Amino acid sequence: MRAFDYIRAGDRAQAVRDGAGPETRFIAGGTNLLDLMKLEVMAPERIVDITRLELGGIEETADGGLRIGALVTNSDLAADARVRRGWPVLSRALLAGASGQLRNKATTGGNLLQRTRCYYFYDRGEPCNKREPGSGCAAMGGMNRILAILGTSEQCIATHPSDMAVAMRALDARVEVEGQDGTREIALDDFYCSPGDTPHIETVLAPGELITAVILPAPAGGRQIYRKVRDRSSYAFALVSVAAVVEVENGKIAKAQLAFGGLGPMPWRDRAVEEALVGEAPSPALFDRAADILLTEAKGHGGNDFKIPLTRRTLAAVLSQATEAAA
Amino acid sequence: MSLETTRQLKHDTPDHDRRLDGMAQGVLGTDMDRPEGRLKVSGRATYAAETHPEGMAHGYLVRAATIGRITGSNAEAIRAMPGVLHVLEDERMIRNAAQGMAGESPVQKQGQSWYVGQPVACVVAETFEQARHAAQAMMVTIEPDGTHVFDAEAEGVEVDTPEKKQVSQGDLDGAMAEAAFSVDHDYRTPSMSSAAMEPHASVAQWDDEGRVTLRGSYQLLRFNKNELADVLGVAPDKVRILSPYVGGGFGSKLGLAPEAVAAALSAQVLGRPVRVVLHRRQVFETVTRRSETKQRIRLSCDADGKLTGIGHENLVSQLPDEVFSEPVAQGTHFQYAAPNRVVGHNIARIRRSATGSVRAPGEAVGVTAFEIAVDELAKTAGIDPLEFRLRNVPEKHPENGKPFSSSTMEATLREGAARFGWQHSQPRQRREGEWWIGTGMAGAVRVNMMIEAHARVVLTGQGARVECDMTDIGTGSYAILTQVAAELLGFAPAQVETVLGDTDLPPASGSGGSFGAASTSTAVYLACMELRERLAAKIGVKETELTLKDGVATHDNRQTPLTEVLGDEEWRALGHLKPGKAGQEVRQATWGAVFAEVAVNDVTGETRVRRMEGTFAAGRILNLKTARSQCHGGMIWGIGLALTEALEHDPRDGHMVNRDLAEYHLPVNLDVPQLGVHFIEERDDWANPLQAKGIGELSICGSGAAVVNAIENACGVRVRRLPATLDQVMEGLIAQG
Repeated sequence: MRAFDYIRAGDRAQAVRDGAGPETRFIAGGTNLLDLMKLEVMAPERIVDITRLELGGIEETADGGLRIGALVTNSDLAADARVRRGWPVLSRALLAGASGQLRNKATTGGNLLQRTRCYYFYDRGEPCNKREPGSGCAAMGGMNRILAILGTSEQCIATHPSDMAVAMRALDARVEVEGQDGTREIALDDFYCSPGDTPHIETVLAPGELITAVILPAPAGGRQIYRKVRDRSSYAFALVSVAAVVEVENGKIAKAQLAFGGLGPMPWRDRAVEEALVGEAPSPALFDRAADILLTEAKGHGGNDFKIPLTRRTLAAVLSQATEAAA
Repeated sequence: MSLETTRQLKHDTPDHDRRLDGMAQGVLGTDMDRPEGRLKVSGRATYAAETHPEGMAHGYLVRAATIGRITGSNAEAIRAMPGVLHVLEDERMIRNAAQGMAGESPVQKQGQSWYVGQPVACVVAETFEQARHAAQAMMVTIEPDGTHVFDAEAEGVEVDTPEKKQVSQGDLDGAMAEAAFSVDHDYRTPSMSSAAMEPHASVAQWDDEGRVTLRGSYQLLRFNKNELADVLGVAPDKVRILSPYVGGGFGSKLGLAPEAVAAALSAQVLGRPVRVVLHRRQVFETVTRRSETKQRIRLSCDADGKLTGIGHENLVSQLPDEVFSEPVAQGTHFQYAAPNRVVGHNIARIRRSATGSVRAPGEAVGVTAFEIAVDELAKTAGIDPLEFRLRNVPEKHPENGKPFSSSTMEATLREGAARFGWQHSQPRQRREGEWWIGTGMAGAVRVNMMIEAHARVVLTGQGARVECDMTDIGTGSYAILTQVAAELLGFAPAQVETVLGDTDLPPASGSGGSFGAASTSTAVYLACMELRERLAAKIGVKETELTLKDGVATHDNRQTPLTEVLGDEEWRALGHLKPGKAGQEVRQATWGAVFAEVAVNDVTGETRVRRMEGTFAAGRILNLKTARSQCHGGMIWGIGLALTEALEHDPRDGHMVNRDLAEYHLPVNLDVPQLGVHFIEERDDWANPLQAKGIGELSICGSGAAVVNAIENACGVRVRRLPATLDQVMEGLIAQG
């Protein structure tokens, strides 16, 4: 770990001002950042501690949605009765992630900004365009079991590791941020960047912009499922995960909101898949067609080729479960 | 202090006296709590890294990023960094840990990086953070020295085939050709890590007389002492090692490792104590690992399911110049009888980190693969796999005709089957929603070993003290040595103090190869028998007529408190066990049977173990609780071996890719169901005067096979490349349609 300056922000304005400095990071739960700093994978010169800011609490919004403060812990969010009632897919996704101890520390804002778990990103002895732009990607010809099959570039095949963000993307969440120019809301759909030639740039956040809350629209209803497939029963990142909000009316799919973890550099959502499902009667053939659309551009890198059939099968099982009783 | 007398046993013959059965205290074999348990769970047991001698500096190892000749470094710049006290680039640094029981310096040959991740320097600073940062900034220049091979199965790999390790009896090819049923498959097990909870750590301190004290985390102190002395070039009496508590070893702490050498050398240069603790990633990378294996197994049997041929030909990996190689077929030599036999042992010299002993070297992977093959042959022959094994219980050692010291294979199979409720069934018969349910079983076997051990017992009228350099690596040494002494000398366990983990005490066996409990307990037994003789002589009766219980000697219908017999005296006796012919005239082994029920997801190929039952026979059980804990641990290792654990090496340079506990998947609580453990009570007179055998490793040998066999029974998919990750099972499910 390199020496760094530590600033405890007293208010948001200070946080945003100090956070805009060069080589600066906000810290809340620190469950990811501290590990990366010890390994010197990340080496900020300045840390702005936001844990004393008034960014906690879960409030209902005027349109029946929820405003989740950035500092709400994963544990508290998962346990919130309103979340469990109206957005159960979010609660289940949270509980599928990390461990009890980590969920007690990890925050909503921080979870959205988790860095990839790519083995080579963590290893300073190896080239990684995300860690050190221009150095190359060791994962391509190396061990890539856990890495991405969608949305990758020639420079990076890392996945986004969050479960929470997958559910939030399926739920059309928006991210509320505050910067030196004021506050703005960003749809989660627009929050993450494709790696392209700049895999080190992961979100659209400007320097100093601070996540203050995540906004969920009114409950989506339908049947909500979070299914996570991984290498052991708990405490492992998703090989594939599916967050599904599906509603069937009169034998036809009336609503389908689907997001995927473990497949891409961001929680993945493909509207074309949903469009193909809506208005149709659920059937194995339909689910297969949905998988075809989802996986059109899918590209394996050897060690992760299995994710393609695994995604197809998992999606079909989730859609089958989401539609069977009602069909 | 009174006279210390010695009782020595050269272990040549069986001991049919079974003296422990006649003792009166009644503490041996119970589920007594560990005497040091409270210290451990309340954080008061001081592990190596937790000692902070005054003036201690902190060292952090520097890893080689490539392979080749070391030509320079930026050490000068590193020395100028904040807090840096010393950059150690000493020729005596070791490239990997010593192998277990080496007793001398491991391969040194510094100036060269043999594998990616090798420790090549150590940066010492005032604080841990300064040392770590400076070590991460250190650049060692390495000139490539040619192309290297990183995969044991690669073309052109250099392979050693030591003649002594090949066996050929009869005509296996003929047996295979004529067999009613046969199987011939390759099985693969991955590179694995012991992943002990406590990272390796050493604190070294030199005194004015040129003597170094190392607080470390080691398993075999009397060997480690000589190893460190040899590395440093000092006499062994200039080295003292303290390891009173060890947070898990599993073989990873058998031999002196780079962090201890770096700490000792740095402390010498600086004239102040130096601590070196391995980062978790360094634990994975620099500690000896279990070799990956490729095992070709050929089995043939007649129409009745009687084995006629056994072939077990293995390929393991190792760095150049290391003597150890994973003894894959160790159990195969005697587990099953068949007249036609081939055992092959091949060592590929590749540039991954060094391999070494990991819990149950040999059988853990060898019996696992072999028991999968046996399951395949039983299935091919259409015979219940339990019945198949029962038909092939060997009467004597099939290769050399020697008798078994005890044979409990059949008993463990039958008892285990009854406890589990074993019923043979065809694959793909039970379904619960998306999940296929199936059961599987396997035999377990592990060689039993004894090694030389000393222990001192000090007796007073009020109690006793056991002293030796034995280690407790979580296994329960403190408990069982206390119990042995308490039982023989007639004291409550609270009146017996056991002091371990200090090389200034008599050299015991140390912990490894499941030999620790039996070897060192025997030394304690001998010392106690010596003291019993002296008590009997003083009282004026025959030792065999003396009953000792609760601090009172009963003899000739009279009772004399030991306080009266000893007065203020302190009697000392040294027990000394020397292994002898008893280890060679018979085959000593421990046996078991493991049964498992699993659920396999038809969509994803995920496997969940739902139930597991292990039945084991390992001679006299010294402490039911710690023995059961050992078996729980071994069975969980079996789950890891079957389903989750694999060190992944980069194909381009062999470096370990998933070197942390997030990506090296040990089973977590949710992966482990309720585990049943049952012991078959046994007295193995050949083992030692306690009739006790090793229990630490047995339960891992076979548990993984039971799980893999259950997967096949559940869903019809046979996995021959462990671990049986979901992608492999899913691909099998897809292939079945």
